[in-house]
Amino acid sequence: MSSAVRPRATGAPAGTTAPDDGRGGRPGAPRPAAASRRWYRLRRDRSLLLMALPAVGLLVLFVYVPLIWTTVAFKDYDPYLSGLWDSPWTGWENFSLLLSDSRFWDAGVNTLAITFLQLTLFFPVPIALALLLNSLMSERVRAVVQSVLYLPHFFSWVLVITVFQQMLGGAGLISQLLRARGYEGFDLMTDPGVFKFLVTAQLVWKDAGWGVIVFLAALSAVNQDLYEAAAADGAGRWRRMWHVTLPALRPVIALLLVLRVGDALTVGFEQILLQRDAVGPGASEVFDTYVWWVGIANGDYGVAAAGGLVKGVFSLVLVLLANKVAHLLGEQGVYRK
Amino acid sequence: MSATAPLRTATAPPDPPSAPTAPRPDRRGGRPVWEEEPGPAGQGLKGVALVTVCAAILGPLWVVVVTSLSDQKTITEAGGLVIVPKTITFRAYQELLSGGTVTRATVISLLVTLVGTAISMAVSILCAYGLSRPGSLLHRPILMTLLVTMFFSAGLIPTYLLVTGIGLQDSYWAMILPSAVSVFNILVLRAFFMNTAPELIDSARIDGAGEWRILLRIVMPLSKAVIAVISLFYAVGYWSQWFNAMIYLNDAGKWPLQMILRQLVIKQEAPQGMSQMIATQQVPGLAVQMAVMVLALIPVVAVYPFVQKHFTKGMLTGAIKG
Repeated sequence: MSSAVRPRATGAPAGTTAPDDGRGGRPGAPRPAAASRRWYRLRRDRSLLLMALPAVGLLVLFVYVPLIWTTVAFKDYDPYLSGLWDSPWTGWENFSLLLSDSRFWDAGVNTLAITFLQLTLFFPVPIALALLLNSLMSERVRAVVQSVLYLPHFFSWVLVITVFQQMLGGAGLISQLLRARGYEGFDLMTDPGVFKFLVTAQLVWKDAGWGVIVFLAALSAVNQDLYEAAAADGAGRWRRMWHVTLPALRPVIALLLVLRVGDALTVGFEQILLQRDAVGPGASEVFDTYVWWVGIANGDYGVAAAGGLVKGVFSLVLVLLANKVAHLLGEQGVYRK
Repeated sequence: MSATAPLRTATAPPDPPSAPTAPRPDRRGGRPVWEEEPGPAGQGLKGVALVTVCAAILGPLWVVVVTSLSDQKTITEAGGLVIVPKTITFRAYQELLSGGTVTRATVISLLVTLVGTAISMAVSILCAYGLSRPGSLLHRPILMTLLVTMFFSAGLIPTYLLVTGIGLQDSYWAMILPSAVSVFNILVLRAFFMNTAPELIDSARIDGAGEWRILLRIVMPLSKAVIAVISLFYAVGYWSQWFNAMIYLNDAGKWPLQMILRQLVIKQEAPQGMSQMIATQQVPGLAVQMAVMVLALIPVVAVYPFVQKHFTKGMLTGAIKG
C-alpha cells in the first residue's frame, strides 16, 4: 500500500534530508554549487557516459559518417580514377539519368505492387491467427502451436527460399507428387507472373506467426467483464467478437497499418535479391535491388546513390506522415509528440 | 438526488480502476459460465485450421530432414524428395563435415555468430544501462543520436563505400561491425533496465557500489530473460547473414554457410571444392543439398526452445515502454 503512494523519484527514506535535484540524483550526495554543477555531473555520470560510448561510436561510424558519401549522388565518382574529394561535381546530372531510366520506374511499380499485396494478403493473417489462438481453451495446445508459429521467423531468408524451392519449384515436392500421378508438374519459383504472390506467401510463412505476439498481447488486455456483460445482454460468439474483441484490437491494427504504409517503399530486399536471377528483373526489381544492381553490381555509384537518396527522402516523408496520422488517430506512433 | 450524492462519495469505496483485469485470466479452471460450448462443427474447423497451419510450417522441414538422411536408393524410388524414411544414413553429413568447403563455412558462420553476438551484447547492454537514468549528463543528446537512426539510414551505396573505404573488404569484420548495433534492441534492454528494482539499485548505491558493480551484480542477473531474448535476436541476425558476405567478401574461401547454401541450392552451382564430391556421386546430390539446409537450421532449432518462453515478456517490454 505505502509503496504505491511513496514517490519513486527520491529513493531516500522519509526523515532524512537527502537532496533531490530532480534528476535522479543519488541520495546523500552533496548538493553542488551552481558553478561547478556540470563538473559535478560529469564526475557523477562518467561511468554511464563511458558505457554508452562504444555503441554510439559504432552508430556514428556506420550510420552517420556514411552520410558524407551521399555526396556521390552529385558527383562523377569513379573509385579507380579519383577519390571522393577530387571527383568533379556534376550537379543534378545523376538524378536526371536516374529519372530517365525506365527500369527505375518499373522498380517503383513493382515495389508498390508488392506493398499492396502485403497489406491485403499478409496483414490480416496474424490477426486471424491471434483470434484462433485466443479462442483455444487448452493452455498446452496454445503453447505448442505458438512455438511452432514463431519458429520460421528465426530462419534466414536463404533457408526460407530454399524450402519454398523444394516445395514449389520445378523439382519440388508438389510437382514430384503430381508427376508420380501422371499430371504435369509446375515451377512457381521461376514464373514472373506469380512472383509477387510468391513473395507474399513466403512472408506469410516466415513472419505471420511472429506478428501474432502483438495481437495476443492486446487480446489478453481486454477486460473480461465486457464479454460477460455482452453475453448477459444476449450477444452470441460472433457479436462479442465484433463488438468487444475487434474494437479492442483496433488501436493496434491502426498503428501497424499506418507504420506499414509509412514503410511502403521498402519491401524485403534480401528476399527479392535472392530470387532476382530466377525470375528476372522485369517482375522482381524493386527500389532496393535496383540500387544494388546499378551501384554495386555495375559500379555506377553516382546514379545508384541518387536512387537511394530519392527513395530515402520519400521514405522519410512517408514515415513522418504516417506518424502524424497515427498521432491524429490518438496512437503513439514510433516517436512521441 | 442531490442530497444523496455527497453521501455516496463519502462512504462508497473509490471507483475500481478501469485498467484491465489480470492479463488473460487463468482458463485452466474451465470455460466461464456465460460462454457457450462450441458446436462440433466449430471445434472441428478449429482443429483443422490448427493442424493445417502447423503442417504448413513443419511439413517442409520434415521432408528436408528425411531426405538429407536418405540413401540414393530411397531417393530414386521416391523420385526425388522423401516423405517416408526407409533407411537412415548420415553419409551426407559425414562427407560435408569431414573437412572441405562446408565444414569451413560452418566454422566461419559459428565463429562470426559467437564473436558478433558477444560484441553486440556487450555494447548494447552497456549502452542501455548508460542511458537508463534520465537526467544524467548528455542523456538526451545521446538518446536522440540513437533514435534518429531509426528514421533514416545512409543507404546501401554510402554504407558500401564507407565499409570498403575503411578497409573492411575481404575481412570477417565486414560481417560483424556494420550491423553490430541495433537501436531497437538497445531500447528494449533500456526499458527493461529502467524497470529493474530501483529500490535495490538505490540501496546498493548507498552501500557504495559503483555503476559497473550495480550493472554486473544487480541489474544483469535480474534481466536474464530479456538478455536471453536479445542475444537470440542478435545471434540469428549473424547466423542468417549472407548479403554482407556477398558484397564485401570477394574471397569465396571466407564465405559463411548461408552463401554456400545459396550457391548450392538456389543457384544450383557447386561451390568451390565441392564439385568433385558431387560429380563422383559419393553421396546423392539431393541429400547433400538437404544436409546443408539442415546445417543452416540446426543452431536455430537447438537454441530456440530455451529462449522461446521469454519472447512475450521481452518483446512486450520493448513494445510498450520503447
